[in-house]
Amino acid sequence: MTNPGDAQQALWQFPGGLHLADEKQLSSERPIARLATPARLVLPLRQHIGAANQPLVAVGERVLKGQQIASAEGYVSAPVHAPTSGTVAAIEEMPVAHPSQLPALCIVIDSDGAEEWIERHPLGEGYRDLAPLQLRNRLRERGIVGLGGATFPTAVKLQPGPGRRIDTLVINGAECEPYISCDQLLMRERAAQVLAGIAVIQHMISPAQTLIGVEDDKPDAIDALQRALAEAGLTETRVVAVPTRYPTGGEKQLIRVLTGQIVPSGGLPAEVGVLCQNVGTCAAIADAVYHDRPLISRIVTVTGRGVATPQNLEVPLGAPMAALIEHCGGYVDGVARLIMGGPMMGFALPSDQLPVTKGCNCLLASLAEELAPPRAEQPCIRCGACADACPAELLPQQLYWYARAGNLEQAREHHLFDCIDCGCCAYVCPSHIPLVQYYRHAKTAVAAAEREHEKSAVARQRHEFRQQRIERAEREKVERLAKKKAALEASKRAAKERAAAAAAAGEAPAEPAGDARQDAIQAAIERARKKKAAAAAAGVAAKNVDDLSEAQRARIAAVEARRARQREASGEAKDDASKGDDNGDTRRSAGS
Amino acid sequence: MQFQTTTSPHTAANGDLSRLMGQVLLALIPGALLYIALFGAGVLLNLLVAVASAYACEALVLRLRRRPLRATLGDNSALLTACLLALALPPLAPWWLAALGAAFAILLAKQLYGGIGYNPFNPAMVGYVVLLISFPREMTLWLPPAGLAEGGPGLFDSLAIFFGAAADWDAISMATPLDHSRTQLGLNALLGEVRADPRYGLLGGSGWEWISLAWLLGGLYLLWRRVISWHIPVGLLGSLFLLSLAFYIGDADSYSPPWFHLLSGGAMLGAFFIATDPVSAPSSARGKLIFAAGIGAIAFVIRNWGGYPDGIAFGVLLMNIVAPTIDHFYRPPAFGQRRG
Repeated sequence: MTNPGDAQQALWQFPGGLHLADEKQLSSERPIARLATPARLVLPLRQHIGAANQPLVAVGERVLKGQQIASAEGYVSAPVHAPTSGTVAAIEEMPVAHPSQLPALCIVIDSDGAEEWIERHPLGEGYRDLAPLQLRNRLRERGIVGLGGATFPTAVKLQPGPGRRIDTLVINGAECEPYISCDQLLMRERAAQVLAGIAVIQHMISPAQTLIGVEDDKPDAIDALQRALAEAGLTETRVVAVPTRYPTGGEKQLIRVLTGQIVPSGGLPAEVGVLCQNVGTCAAIADAVYHDRPLISRIVTVTGRGVATPQNLEVPLGAPMAALIEHCGGYVDGVARLIMGGPMMGFALPSDQLPVTKGCNCLLASLAEELAPPRAEQPCIRCGACADACPAELLPQQLYWYARAGNLEQAREHHLFDCIDCGCCAYVCPSHIPLVQYYRHAKTAVAAAEREHEKSAVARQRHEFRQQRIERAEREKVERLAKKKAALEASKRAAKERAAAAAAAGEAPAEPAGDARQDAIQAAIERARKKKAAAAAAGVAAKNVDDLSEAQRARIAAVEARRARQREASGEAKDDASKGDDNGDTRRSAGS
Repeated sequence: MQFQTTTSPHTAANGDLSRLMGQVLLALIPGALLYIALFGAGVLLNLLVAVASAYACEALVLRLRRRPLRATLGDNSALLTACLLALALPPLAPWWLAALGAAFAILLAKQLYGGIGYNPFNPAMVGYVVLLISFPREMTLWLPPAGLAEGGPGLFDSLAIFFGAAADWDAISMATPLDHSRTQLGLNALLGEVRADPRYGLLGGSGWEWISLAWLLGGLYLLWRRVISWHIPVGLLGSLFLLSLAFYIGDADSYSPPWFHLLSGGAMLGAFFIATDPVSAPSSARGKLIFAAGIGAIAFVIRNWGGYPDGIAFGVLLMNIVAPTIDHFYRPPAFGQRRG
């Protein structure tokens, strides 16, 4: 089916969800304007989900537009590029837009106003000759991340994993959150660029079909895409109008609506043969491939009744939010909150002196009465409105009890990590319980507990290994000592024996030959000696003594004599035991 | 410029507890008006006393627990409990009955467990059952509906009885159709004979059936406003209907027809207003159906073979006991858990 006019197709539904007042017309009626590069840009090193980057430039160094200034450390990571030419003024910790409100390492660039580009290597249509791996590397090097808000590195996402085939490429143009219109404006004004990016992805993963999902409250965007589609000649690509219902733009929700597929709990879309990319990301991919333009700017919706002229701006990354507000005519009296993102999932900023980053899709300046002020939390009455609204079919109530009680194990079992933070549950709660806040806290606690668990597992392993090593060393030491001691004692005993023998040879201790046993021994010795003497008389000599030298014979004779003396002198049992073993005795003596 | 920071979502639907309870109270109005019209000013007196007692008890406990009075008293939950209890009481009763029932409901069934959201039992039904068991005589003396009997008590007599004057109950009271049919069928009367009595109307009891239909109307409003889901009313009325139908088909002389069961006693009020109390009911759809079907079955058993004319209140309390267990076993799968 290549007819781009055909938006009719069977659609499915995701559970839960809300109908919200969309408030998009506030900002969508004006075209995208361009914010002039401010004099100073602040670029946080980490603008993506994943590992933190390292700076590649030094303070005082001149950088060119598009030059990589921070490296991608780790696989899930994306480098940062200079949005304009200028000088690195500082590399230091500065406040950034992060819920923790902790400062982060940033590279500060003072613009020289020249917008001087680094040497570029645009591929144009030549990208079709490149292999997917080469294109992935290019997207990775150009710092492309998902611009729908999650800022997950695109190159990683475009790798479905070994053995996985992508049947359906889903392009997310739903933009379901109220107030935000940057994707709508992009599709309306730059549909061809979006389609060019889609063509690059199609070349890389060869899906059987491509579905561009746009909520039906944006007929202008749908029209523009369909007209561009007719010109671009993409095959098996359709624009599908999907019902306006928050959060249709959630990845799993949009996949369900367009394909009927349900991404398994805790799983990735690739497991059901689907890959999902945001329209803004597609445009960034086209830029990186066709023009060798890294991700150095993005479209930001500046909106809300707290700003004079709400509109969409194309903004160099690193621009201070205050400059965007100023470009839109400044604040209106009574502005109360500044939210990065939409009213459902964005987070409230403490100040506007923060840089625009890759994930900043919207700045919402609201009046006090525009968004409901937080109200006092009341007890849960288990009404179940939250469960009805939950697009992930979770049990928000139970999750709330477990999160509140710190029962993280149960919270996980109730699929805490399938929660997408969409805020539907808290929106409908009649008791005004900040449910999402409880879940976020629990998720952080689980992650921390896991890290702690891992750390303690490693520590335990190391401890056990160390314990084993110490024990082994101890054992070996003891054994060595014992051996040494034994050797020492043996030599001592030998020395004593020798000494004793020497002493015995010198003086004959008087033996009290009293009892019968001693007499018997003496008699036996006598008998042995007589037998020996008789043998000697009969000419039976000890063996092995025939061809001995004179000296040896003399020594043997001396020993024999000494022994004879010894035998005569004492009646030791040792000698008694060795009776009749004269031959061996002789041999041993001869060998010594 | 500095801004106020809040956590997402930064916006909310404009519902709150008092509005939610207010919707339920609104839905009670047609039935309550009809009840007053048919059974006299005693109903109104019961309502007033129960509400006053409930608010007094709630305020007392909140003060003892050092909790803010206004937020809790303003959530309309004590008002709703008191109204449900009062509308379940007989139309003419001494004042202390409603006062005591409401006090039990608020003090024991609600605040002792920690207040709204923490009560395992339906407070109104706890109050009702305490009264039913402790004061069976006062709790079963009903007046005939208007137009059915001559010489019901006038306003003056009603006030006198309300403030404790002894009354000639035999002259003015009349057993409810549920009570009557149960007694008569128990005496082996045939259903045809029993239902020839003028107290029986077209479908349920004369007069009573109209009140039940008014509760049904209020219930449909709650369904339309999405204050309640269909599961509990359908489960309760469905199981009551199917059980009574089975017995009616089996022995049409000894068992009342299913439409009589649905439009008599507390069936409609219980199905739409009482069993649907979310705090003491299971949270999953399947759990609600099982819970409600259990209430219908218990009510049917008590109505036919138990010691009381009606069993909705006992059914609700008995099923409240198992509600946490039902929740434990019927946990619906998360999105993506059942493969499509």
